[in-house]
Amino acid sequence: MTCQDQKDLMMAYLDNELNEQQKRAFEEHLAGCPDCARELAQFRKLKQMTDCVTLVEPEDRVWEQYWGNVYNRIERGTGWLLFSAAAIILFIYGGFQLIEHIIEDPTVGVLLKIGLLALLGGLVILFVSVLRERVYFWSRDRYRDVRR
Amino acid sequence: MNGTCQDNAVALWDTHSSRKEAFEAIVKRHMKDAYLIALGLVGNREDALELSQEAFFRAYEHYDDLQSKGKFFPWFYQILRNLCFSHLRKKRVRRASSLDDTQCGCPEPEGRECFEPDAIAERNEAKDRIWKAMSRLDDKHREVIILRHFRNMSYDEMAKVLFCNRGTVTSRLFYARQQMKEILEHDRGAPDAERIHGEPEKGGQTL
Repeated sequence: MTCQDQKDLMMAYLDNELNEQQKRAFEEHLAGCPDCARELAQFRKLKQMTDCVTLVEPEDRVWEQYWGNVYNRIERGTGWLLFSAAAIILFIYGGFQLIEHIIEDPTVGVLLKIGLLALLGGLVILFVSVLRERVYFWSRDRYRDVRR
Repeated sequence: MNGTCQDNAVALWDTHSSRKEAFEAIVKRHMKDAYLIALGLVGNREDALELSQEAFFRAYEHYDDLQSKGKFFPWFYQILRNLCFSHLRKKRVRRASSLDDTQCGCPEPEGRECFEPDAIAERNEAKDRIWKAMSRLDDKHREVIILRHFRNMSYDEMAKVLFCNRGTVTSRLFYARQQMKEILEHDRGAPDAERIHGEPEKGGQTL
């Protein structure tokens, strides 16, 4: 085995992740290779120094409130979903009621009625077109199951 | 890291009457790990708290997609790391564009990220240098240092949460430590580099 191969074992040796046999083989190599022994000593120092660094834990109050904060997000998520669905339904219903009222009103001019119907037809065509495009690309997206 | 990868979210799910109660138990079990990993990845306490809570929220939303409930943590970890890395990318873009806007000719800060020195406990000069060197590693190399040194994960646990093999974990750790060594060596003054190279420690300068 070359020194380069041994370097792959060096990290596992340093972190005590080798089995007895691998450990013995690596120590035999170290005994005859001052370069690897020196490098190991440097890495050992660095590991000791890094092990001394610890991250600050927040106060107990933060842990007590932690689930509450996650729960608020869950609750708000559900709230937003219901609100959005209801708003869309009400908007569509209100729109149709308004259009129906205008179409049936004899005092409203024919030109306005035609314009309104054209506007509605255009909206429907645009919606169907965008939806069809989305479905087409989604069904052919090879990465759709990959969580981004 | 006690049983984080061996956790049994299925048992938690089955023994609690409601979905929310069960998820509460899962959150309480993993919240410290989630927060501390996020802190190691983004280097800012407020962001770490926000991102770890957001990760739990997303995990709750998609929990039904998780086929093997016994592997909650590796799955959750992917959500958390993706959120953290995405947060860092946005921060870099914002900082790059603000530097472009001002065009003041100010040098870019040494650390690639704005890592708070206050994120580490019992600070001293040597620890600050190590933390700064870590902040200058790229994301996937900093990640293995965090998991190994701050969460004390074994190579097998790291391979599970990173969805890779032990060989990849070993080589990432080697590269990460090599990079840290070089950063410390090139650091101005470099007292740590001297110590890494085996010179005797000066009195009173302990880690």
